[in-house]
Amino acid sequence: MDAIILQILNGLDKGSAYALIALGLTLIFGTLGVVNFAHGALFMIGAFVAVTVQRLLGLSFEQIDPDKTDFLGNPLKVKMTYVESWFGPEVGGTIVDWSVPVAVIIAIPIMLLVGYVMERGLIKHFYKRPHADQILVTFGLAIVLQELIKYFYGANPIQTPAPSVFKGSFDFGVLVGFDPNAIIYPYWRLVYFAFAAVVLGGVFAFLRYTTFGMVVRAGMADRETVGLLGINIDKRFTIMFGLAAAVAGIAGVMYTPILSPNYHMGMDFLVLSFVVVVVGGMGSLPGAVAAGFLLGILQSFASMNEIKSLIPGIDQVIIYLVAIIILLTRPRGLLGRAGVMED
Amino acid sequence: MSTSNFTRRGLMKTGAATGAGLALPTIFTSAASAFTNEPTGDTVTFGFNVPQTGPYAEEGLDELRAQELAVEHINGMGDGGMLNTFSSKALDGTGILGKKVDFVTGDTQTKTDAARASARSMIEKDGVIMINGGSSSGPAVAVQALCQEAGIISMAGLTHSNDTTGKDRKRNGFRHFFNAYMSGAALGPVLKEVYGTDRRAYHLTADYTWGWTQQESIQASTEAIGWETVNNVLTPVGAGDFSSYITPVLNSGADVLILNHYGGDMVNSLTQAVQFGLRDAEANGKNFEVIVPLYSELMAAGAGENIQGVYGSMNWNWQLQDEGTKAFVKSFGEKYGFPPSGSAHTCYVQTLLYADAVARAGSFNPCAVVEALEDFEFDGMGNGPTLYRAEDHQCFKDVLVMKGAENPTSEYDNLEIVEITPVEQVTYAPDHPMFGGAEASLGECNDGT
Repeated sequence: MDAIILQILNGLDKGSAYALIALGLTLIFGTLGVVNFAHGALFMIGAFVAVTVQRLLGLSFEQIDPDKTDFLGNPLKVKMTYVESWFGPEVGGTIVDWSVPVAVIIAIPIMLLVGYVMERGLIKHFYKRPHADQILVTFGLAIVLQELIKYFYGANPIQTPAPSVFKGSFDFGVLVGFDPNAIIYPYWRLVYFAFAAVVLGGVFAFLRYTTFGMVVRAGMADRETVGLLGINIDKRFTIMFGLAAAVAGIAGVMYTPILSPNYHMGMDFLVLSFVVVVVGGMGSLPGAVAAGFLLGILQSFASMNEIKSLIPGIDQVIIYLVAIIILLTRPRGLLGRAGVMED
Repeated sequence: MSTSNFTRRGLMKTGAATGAGLALPTIFTSAASAFTNEPTGDTVTFGFNVPQTGPYAEEGLDELRAQELAVEHINGMGDGGMLNTFSSKALDGTGILGKKVDFVTGDTQTKTDAARASARSMIEKDGVIMINGGSSSGPAVAVQALCQEAGIISMAGLTHSNDTTGKDRKRNGFRHFFNAYMSGAALGPVLKEVYGTDRRAYHLTADYTWGWTQQESIQASTEAIGWETVNNVLTPVGAGDFSSYITPVLNSGADVLILNHYGGDMVNSLTQAVQFGLRDAEANGKNFEVIVPLYSELMAAGAGENIQGVYGSMNWNWQLQDEGTKAFVKSFGEKYGFPPSGSAHTCYVQTLLYADAVARAGSFNPCAVVEALEDFEFDGMGNGPTLYRAEDHQCFKDVLVMKGAENPTSEYDNLEIVEITPVEQVTYAPDHPMFGGAEASLGECNDGT
């Protein structure tokens, strides 16, 4: 039983990331009708915003330590961060330590801007083109973005630790009546799950309870009619693209303590997130979220030794297997609407 | 009055003799030069086949830096680096056999098919005489087999699988890097001393040739010191999130987790193991421990503070204090501003060793080079006295047991040398069962004829 609870917990944080990326992916498809294969790259850019913030906060000046030498035998240069020298070791150290949460705040405007530039600069020219063209151009854009990241940040994973207060893990098993050490779960993964729940709830509330969201939903249902009412739906859809980019970006920022950022992480997540969107139903926001968690949890279960010993390699194909089964039995996905991608 | 002695028979004889005379040099020439990509101009081209993209690109780029430095030193530029400490003095800084060394590069992408394609392109289009580099055993084995077929020398870079000089050994291929068996042989006694003989190990293993052979080797060496193996779980390469594989470990009865992972997988699995509290946990009344049998400086940097106190092994490290290492670190450090990685050292040394073998053989013919390298003993290239064993083309030298440094003073000394394990301790028979047994054979040398 404890193993099952553990894998559900593991699936929740993985599923949170899938859901956050898939939500943006399906939002863009639902509003603009574009299949955005560069959406994984937005997740990656968010992660590298966290790396950049960490590096900026870690900017330092050098002091010579005459008692120590470096690898060439020269006097060792000891580094001290500007932040610590300005605010003192305690406050400065805390700011550096909290670089990931700080990066979330900084990433929001940056990702809105990136999304706006991407949509206005490139993707809007492909609205009336076939989906194959959209996939090709956005996939090409994703490759360009990941190569740029590799050029500036290198190919190695970069450690981006969580704040010290969230390091380590807690004994979840004891809370629910199991033996000590039966279910150990890292604090940050719990934070990530809570963060994802807040963001997902926020996006749904925004779309459901604001006038702006109501117009967007109306536009998703019938773009022409909304346009005939004199509403500039294109402008709102562009803003939604920026919002989707921001969601993917901050999802990437918060994921960095779980998975050290590397330049190909966007592509790794994109494929799975695209499957999530298809399983959830193209253009369906609740479908994307439900499928994200469902597939995340199933993937975790498929990694269990007991399952792998029965079906070797199942952990690597489970998502695609489920996608095939769902598409065979429900061709529109779990919560897909009629008429989407059926023309 | 002149007379003519032309007859039909005389003309035929003269023609046959002339024809044979004209043909003779060509026959001799073709016999003397009949090997793949014989250099004919005043340069000779090396092929550096390294991952420039993909998960091990950072290793590949460091290999390229070292290879470029080696070419400079062979051609007489720079301070000469390890040529000053190398026991063989066949190279004089004027190139090789009067030819300057040039090089082309290929991108293996750390993929077997891409590595073979780039190697083939360099052999067929660029006319390279040898191929050096790489950061993964799958591509290394594939490229070595290709070089054997093509008739050129392969000097694999960072390849740690037993198979490279085991069941997949080739006469045209050589490996300077140590292997999984050697890691196990070096680590075993140290682990016994540090963690005792009553331990239960759980392996997470990358699901490809290197992971399999490393797991087999480490399991054998830990069981030899009395440890029990609880489980071995194969994990997909590039899994990213290993939480599903890590979480069952604590309740498995194990008190040691052995991560047979490399590169980004090692960084992620180790980081996540720490996040799940394994290093703070207790099991079987002991502190839970994590071991990473194969270390590299670049990966250690990626893992950050998570590697502190974690044991592993290395082929070479810049902190060694022998004269060869000091010379190389000085050359590399002054050119690039940071110390070289272990993979950089391997590729640098192999480039020099190939050039030296050609100079000693007096020929670029791969079979002459093979002969010059087989059972070649040398010193001054780091790791002390070194042998390229003839039976399997594996390099034998001291290897290093490492530990994540508790108090690193910079980003470059996050690993510390625990022990220099003497070569005798890591030497094995050429027909060892982990290396293909008695059936494993180098085959015949191929010079492309």
